[in-house]
Amino acid sequence: MAPTRPQTPRPLRVNSRGAGLRPGRSGAGNPTLPASAMAAGPAPLGGHPRAQKPHLSKMERVVVSMQDPDQGVKMQSQRLLITVIPHAVTGNDVVEWLIQKYCIAEDEALHLGTLLVQHGYLYPLRDPRRLLLRPDETPYRFQTPYFWMSTLWPAAELDYAIYLAKKNIRKQGALVDHEKAHYDQLHRKINHTWDLVVMQAREQLRAAKQRRKGDRLVIACQEQTYWLVNRPPPGVPSVLEQGPERGSCTARQVQMTKTVDFYKREIECCRKALGRTRVKSSVCLEAYLKFSSQRGPHDPLLSGCLPSNPWVTDDDTYWAMNAPSVAVPTKLRVEQWAFSFRELLEDPVGRAHFMDFLQTEFSAENLSFWEACEELRHGGQAQVPALVDAVYQQFLAPGAARWVNIDSRTMERTLEGLGRPHRHVLDDAQLHIYMLMKKDSYPRFLKSDLYKDLLAEAVVPLETKRRVFPFMWKPRHSSPSLALLPTSTSGEPEAAAGSPGGGDGET
Amino acid sequence: MAADGLHENETLASLKSEAESLKGKLEEERAKLHDVELHQVAERVEALGQFVMKTRRTLKGHGNKVLCMDWCKDKRRIVSSSQDGKVIVWDSFTTNKEHAVTMPCTWVMACAYAPSGCAIACGGLDNKCSVYPLTFDKNENMAAKKKSVAMHTNYLSACSFTNSDMQILTASGDGTCALWDVESGQLLQSFHGHGADVLCLDLAPSETGNTFVSGGCDKKAMVWDMRSGQCVQAFETHESDINSVRYYPSGDAFASGSDDATCRLYDLRADREVAIYSKESIIFGASSVDFSLSGRLLFAGYNDYTINVWDVLKGSRVSILFGHENRVSTLRVSPDGTAFCSGSWDHTLRVWA
Repeated sequence: MAPTRPQTPRPLRVNSRGAGLRPGRSGAGNPTLPASAMAAGPAPLGGHPRAQKPHLSKMERVVVSMQDPDQGVKMQSQRLLITVIPHAVTGNDVVEWLIQKYCIAEDEALHLGTLLVQHGYLYPLRDPRRLLLRPDETPYRFQTPYFWMSTLWPAAELDYAIYLAKKNIRKQGALVDHEKAHYDQLHRKINHTWDLVVMQAREQLRAAKQRRKGDRLVIACQEQTYWLVNRPPPGVPSVLEQGPERGSCTARQVQMTKTVDFYKREIECCRKALGRTRVKSSVCLEAYLKFSSQRGPHDPLLSGCLPSNPWVTDDDTYWAMNAPSVAVPTKLRVEQWAFSFRELLEDPVGRAHFMDFLQTEFSAENLSFWEACEELRHGGQAQVPALVDAVYQQFLAPGAARWVNIDSRTMERTLEGLGRPHRHVLDDAQLHIYMLMKKDSYPRFLKSDLYKDLLAEAVVPLETKRRVFPFMWKPRHSSPSLALLPTSTSGEPEAAAGSPGGGDGET
Repeated sequence: MAADGLHENETLASLKSEAESLKGKLEEERAKLHDVELHQVAERVEALGQFVMKTRRTLKGHGNKVLCMDWCKDKRRIVSSSQDGKVIVWDSFTTNKEHAVTMPCTWVMACAYAPSGCAIACGGLDNKCSVYPLTFDKNENMAAKKKSVAMHTNYLSACSFTNSDMQILTASGDGTCALWDVESGQLLQSFHGHGADVLCLDLAPSETGNTFVSGGCDKKAMVWDMRSGQCVQAFETHESDINSVRYYPSGDAFASGSDDATCRLYDLRADREVAIYSKESIIFGASSVDFSLSGRLLFAGYNDYTINVWDVLKGSRVSILFGHENRVSTLRVSPDGTAFCSGSWDHTLRVWA
């Protein structure tokens, strides 16, 4: 539980501010409050010093620019029964402003606006019990910065008790269920200062009666919104939740960063980094273009897949045809073996065919050796000595049954290391053999009849007739608006009339 | 005594400033070979067509926030973990739950599927990473065969099996990463260098398979040599915590997602940041990122409940996906790239395609 604040009676700052009716901008125009009144110091014990998350200050900047007299959202006076409230905005205008300002579609603008309301930066003047943004004429106002999440956090128990007491006094039965529960709980917990709570509540209510009806209404909305954010009703997710604290223990951070070792390591890392060979950006970036264009047709989410994407059509033939050890691989799969040696080896079918090829060249022991080294590197610690020995006997010992041809220097170093076997003792030898296969055997494999036959025999699946249109066609005229059809609650694909996939002739 | 203290402070201050100046020099060096921007190079690439991705499966069953998920190599099973300690294995194609275990701790922030498909690993506020063999024997209690593998001094934020079921790589709130032997629980290598909690890691898809990248609350992304435990490269351009790191499919680059509401691409050969994926209207942090199979698309889940799809080459946002009702906490593309799965604080997981 958040600790209660120091026991100075909560000053009537909410009312005396009178700032309720002016746009909630801190600074010019608002009456300054006595310093003692601004007891809004953040980060009490247990609260996290990292409270000011980046998204809060960004939201605040948005809200401030929304209130700009020239570029901001259109302000108007709002009539509520007989009272007129100035400086209100409609939900519609808020959404429009966001669309214009950020060049986004309506759905995104509505979503962003809703987040602003959910975080208490905007409050509805009518029905202030639900923090929603309605894209219509519903009136909203900007929350006074005093009540911003970054200013007044965490909410104090004492203040909540006073708020609930006020509600209770003002109208019997005004508290809803979860508020009643909180009220009772607080009553028990801070029973010793309950008189203070009631006194404060009465005092604030009395002062409120002195105010004009419009001010009173606005201040009540502001307060209500603040508490909706900080004490959300059940079923409403709390926007305050942050998850387990991160790097919050300042002591721990100090310990981690301010040691001599830490800086020495950083210096070492920097020195090494300064010495490394870098490649020109143009070369590196060109490589992405080449990689992506080569792989594009192999990317199901980008280009679709044949016969169909199982997730879209509920037909898992695609998986059956691409099973790890399928008898006849697909054309795309066989083509992929030519992209890189690594990808050939990663595919069990590819690797098996490569092994067959090596056998025709009497160098299959290279691949077997490589596989054995992999097993060592990724195997259990306990197996290391036995595996190293087995590899030595089979591949490295003089006169070994499947002797691998490693250059003498590497062989010497390896044999030396075998005296103290560890999982990386064969790394050098493994790399040597790997490069040998990659530079020598692999290119020959790709030119071989074996491979050419595999390509020729490979399957190209037929596209399955589907309920929904295929996924992606030729590029369309790009538009910022992306209408997303609603999904049914079961998550099943909609049998859409105006097809989502496109390619039905629309431009 | 006082003299020693002073000496150490001086050394500390001078070390700190030396580190700072070296970092400055490093940035200068990195800038020298930066002769073109990615979006310029990508001008001649064809623009992507209109994107429509939909939720194809919704997995309901967690009673609390979903924090992490991982795919099985069979391309359809997944493991997911949540705040209330539940870890569930699903066949997401049929949406059937196949296994469930309740951890003795809350906030299970990390989970991983073993390459064989026969075990899962998970951990969180218990500061440990435990491995559970998966069994279909109705009589067997999954929790009975649990093996405690990793021990950290703070929460476990991420874990991943290496190429086999026998080794696990972990990242922790204690600021370190570590490599463990599953069978014995032995610590094989530890990785020190982050100045704050480590939040994420990803293994490199390289030929030699010896490096991985980690991201942390110190805003740094660090690339490590698994064999020596040394930091090989470090990048510090984010403005806030790095929640997620993922390698580009070629292994020559990696992407990161951060609380500063941006995703960034770092090239390992150029040794620098080469792209920033951001938009003024995107205000909330990116919690998890992953590439499509060709590396052309970057999927990123955000704390504002949405998923943004980025064109990696052109740097533009191609799609925004709505559906989740609370923050997206985890996102992974399936092993064969036919779909991606997102997990959220709204207690559900969604498979999109």
